[in-house]
Amino acid sequence: MKQPLSNHPFNNRKLRIAEYTMPVLLFLCAFISVLTTIGIVYTLFSESISFFKEISMSEFFTGTKWAPLIAPTSFGVLPLLMGTFLVTIIAMLIALPIGLASAIYLSEYASARVKKVVKPVLEVLAGVPTIVYGYFALSFISPILQTLIPGAGLFSALSAGIAVGVMIIPMISSLSEDAMRAVPKSLRYGAYALGATRLEVALQVVLPAALSGVISSFVLAFSRAIGETMIVTIAAGATPQMTGNPLNSIQTMTSYIVQVSLGDTPHGSLAYGSIFAVGLTLFVITFFLNILASAIAKRFREAY
Amino acid sequence: MNVIQIDKLSVYYGDQQALNNINLGIPEKSITALIGPSGCGKSTLLRSINRMNDQVPLMKVKGDIVISGVSIYGKEVRTEMLRKRVGMVFQLPNPFPSSIYDNIAYGPRLHGTRKKKEIDEIVETSLRAAAVWDEVKDNLKQNSLSLSGGQQQRLCIARALAVNPDILLMDESTAALDPLSTQKIEELIKDLKKEYTIVMVTHNLAQAARVSDQTTFLLDGEVIEFAPTVDLFSTPVDQRTGNYVMGRFG
Amino acid sequence: MQEQLFSPKDPQVLKAEKLQIASRRKKDSSLKLLFIAATSIGILALILLLATILVDGLSSLTPDLFKNYPSRRAASSGLKSALVGTIYMVLIMVPISFLIGVGAAIFMQEYAKKGWITKIIQLNISTLAGVPSIVYGILGLTIFVRGLQLDRSLLSGALTMSLLVLPVIIVSAQEAIKAVPNTRRDASLALGATKWQTVQRAVLPSALPGILTGVILAVSRAIGETAPLVMIGALTYVAFLPDNVLDQFTVMPIQIYNWISKPQTEFHDLAAAGIIVLLVMLLVLNMIAVILRNRFQKNL
Repeated sequence: MKQPLSNHPFNNRKLRIAEYTMPVLLFLCAFISVLTTIGIVYTLFSESISFFKEISMSEFFTGTKWAPLIAPTSFGVLPLLMGTFLVTIIAMLIALPIGLASAIYLSEYASARVKKVVKPVLEVLAGVPTIVYGYFALSFISPILQTLIPGAGLFSALSAGIAVGVMIIPMISSLSEDAMRAVPKSLRYGAYALGATRLEVALQVVLPAALSGVISSFVLAFSRAIGETMIVTIAAGATPQMTGNPLNSIQTMTSYIVQVSLGDTPHGSLAYGSIFAVGLTLFVITFFLNILASAIAKRFREAY
Repeated sequence: MNVIQIDKLSVYYGDQQALNNINLGIPEKSITALIGPSGCGKSTLLRSINRMNDQVPLMKVKGDIVISGVSIYGKEVRTEMLRKRVGMVFQLPNPFPSSIYDNIAYGPRLHGTRKKKEIDEIVETSLRAAAVWDEVKDNLKQNSLSLSGGQQQRLCIARALAVNPDILLMDESTAALDPLSTQKIEELIKDLKKEYTIVMVTHNLAQAARVSDQTTFLLDGEVIEFAPTVDLFSTPVDQRTGNYVMGRFG
Repeated sequence: MQEQLFSPKDPQVLKAEKLQIASRRKKDSSLKLLFIAATSIGILALILLLATILVDGLSSLTPDLFKNYPSRRAASSGLKSALVGTIYMVLIMVPISFLIGVGAAIFMQEYAKKGWITKIIQLNISTLAGVPSIVYGILGLTIFVRGLQLDRSLLSGALTMSLLVLPVIIVSAQEAIKAVPNTRRDASLALGATKWQTVQRAVLPSALPGILTGVILAVSRAIGETAPLVMIGALTYVAFLPDNVLDQFTVMPIQIYNWISKPQTEFHDLAAAGIIVLLVMLLVLNMIAVILRNRFQKNL
C-alpha cells in the first residue's frame, strides 16, 4: 500500500520546500551580478547613443580638441586619451621594474623572516585609499619635482603618474610573485643540480616558466592605472591637451568625468552626455585589457 | 679507490636529526644503492653529496664528505662547481618547459660553452649516452613536455650528463615510470658505470639487487650495513637488514 | 688542496672555470642588491607617505575635528558629518552586499552545474572586479539617483557601494567555501541532511571566518572609495547628520577631497588629519581581518 506523500517515511515536505526555494534564491543573488554588468553596459550605451546623435563618432574619436564646457564647444576625445596614457605610461615605467624586481626578490631570494615583514607592508600599500595617494602627490611629490625641475607646475602628469605608479607596485609584485611561486620546485632543483646560481635559476628557469602570469599582472596593473581617478583628479590638473610632456598639466578620461559631475552641468546637456561617451570609452578599454590579462593568465595555468 | 668518502656525517633539519654519524666509502666507477624504509635518510644522504640539501632552510651539517680528496663542505667550495662534477637525476622527470635541445644545452651554456657547434655536439653525445637520441633526433626543437614520462626521464639523465660530471646521483629515478621504461633506464645505468660513479636511492629492492655493485642499508638515519650487493641480499650480517630485504618491514 | 677538484685536471682549465663561477656569483650578488633596493622603494614609499601625512595632519587632529561640521573657516571645520555618513553608509551596505554576495557564492560553489551559464556568471564576476570604480558611479547616478529617483541620498550611495564591493565579497566567499573539505559535506549528507541543511550547518560555519574576512576587505575598500560617490553627488558641504536613508550625506574621503582641493594650506592640514582618521579605521579593520584569517586556518 502506498503512503500519502505528506507522511511518507522517506519524505519530509518541510525540508523539500527549502530544497526547492533555496537554489532559486541563491541563483537570483548570482544573477544580480549579471544584472549589474547589464546595467553598466545599458547605461553607458543608451546615453552614449544619444550623445553620438549630436556629435559624430569620427569627430569624437579623431578630434584633437576637448572643450565641452566653453563655447565654441569641441568634443575630440584624443586629448583625454593622450592624458590618460601619458599618466599610465609614467606609472608603468615606475611600477614595472620595481614590481617585477621585488617579486623576484620575494619569490627567489628573501628568507621566510624577511617575507613575513615585507609582504604585509606591500599589502598595506595596496590598501591605502587612492585619495591618500592624491594627497601625497600634491603635497610631497609635486613640491619635490618643482624644486628638482625648474618650470614644473604643481599639477602635472609626472606627479600623478609617479603616485599611480607607487599605487600599482604591490599589484604587480604580488601577482607576479604568485605566478613565480607556482612554478614547480622540481624545475628549480633541476637547474640547481646542474650548477646554476640563484640568479640563473630566477631569470632563466623561473621567470620564463611564469612569464604569462607575470605579463598578465602587467596588463592588469595597466588597466588599473587607466581607470584610476582620484590621484589624477587631484594631481594631474584639468587641462585637456595633446601633449607628451610629463611636466604639463593634463586631463584624463576619469578626471574629466569627475569634473563634470562636480559642477552643475544640467541633465540632458551635451556636456552631461559626454561623460557617458567618455565612460564608455574607458569601460571598453579596461574591459578588453582585463579579458586580455585573464586570457594570458589562463595560458599560464594550462602549462602546469 | 674510493672517490666519495663520507666521514662522520650528521645532518639536522632544525631540531630533527636526519642522519647520524654516517661513514661510507664509495668506490669509483661502480653503482652503489641506498636502500631503507621511508624516512630512513637515504634521500638526505644522497642530497648531501651534491649539497642540494643547502636548499632546505635550517639545515645543519656536521662531519664531512670528501670527493677525490676535496672536502665538499669546506669554505672554499662553490656549490655550482661541485654540482657540475656531481650530477643528479630526480624522482620525477623535471624537464624545463622548453625544447629538448635547450634542455640539454642549459647546463653547458651555464658553464660558459657558447659555440653553437660545440653545443650541438654535446646535445648529441648526451642524448646518445642516455639512449634517447634515436627517439628524439628528428624533433630536437620539440617541447620536452610532449615526451612520454620514460623519455622525459632519460632526457633528464642526458641533461645531467651534458655538463660532463664524474658522479651521478639518482633519487628513485624510476619510481614514477612503467616497467618497460624502468628496464631501459636500468640498462642505461649499468652502461653508464663504465664512465661514471653512480649512487642511487631506490625503494625497489629487486632493482638494487639487479643493478648495483654494493648496497647500503639505512635505518633511522644510520648505516646498518654496507656490503657488496650479492652478500647483503644473500647473507646479511645484521638481523634488521635481513628482515628488511626479506620484506618483513618497509 | 682545492686545486684537485675533483679528477686531476689541467690547472689552466680549472682556473678558467673558477673565474667563470666567480663572475656568475658576482652577478648573482649584485643583482640581489638591486632586487633588495627595488623592494625597499615600496617600503620607503609607504614610510614617506605616512610621514608626510603625520607631519601635516597631527596638529589638526584634535577633539574639535570630530565635533565640528565642515565650515568655510579651517579653524572651525570638522568631519563630524563625514564620519557619521561613512558609518551609516557602511551599516546599510554591509547587510545588502553580504546577503547577495554570499548567496551568489553559495550558488556558484554548491549548486551551479558546470555549464555555459555558470561559466558566464563566473566570467561576469571577474569582469566586474576589474571595472573602474568611477564607472560604478555612472551606473549609480543613472539607476539609483535618476532612475529610481532616490536622489543624492545615503541609500543611493550605499546601493552603489554594494554593487561595487559585490565582486570582492563573492570571490572571497567562494574561496572560503571551496576551502571547506569535502569530507565535511559527505559526513553531513551521510547523516541524512539535505543539500541545503548541509550547506547551512556543515559548510557555512566552517567558511564563515573566511567570508567575514572578505566582508572586511569590502568595507575597507568602500570607506576609501571616493570617485563613485563624487559621481552620484554625495555633497561636500553637509552641516547636519542624516536622519533617514533618503537624506543627503557626505563621507570621509569626499570631505578630505574637498579640503585638498582648497588652495589654503590650513585646509590641507585638515585633509591630512582626516586621512589619519581614515587610515586608523582601515588599520583596525585590517587587524580584525588578520585575526579572522588565523581563526579560519585553525578551523579547517
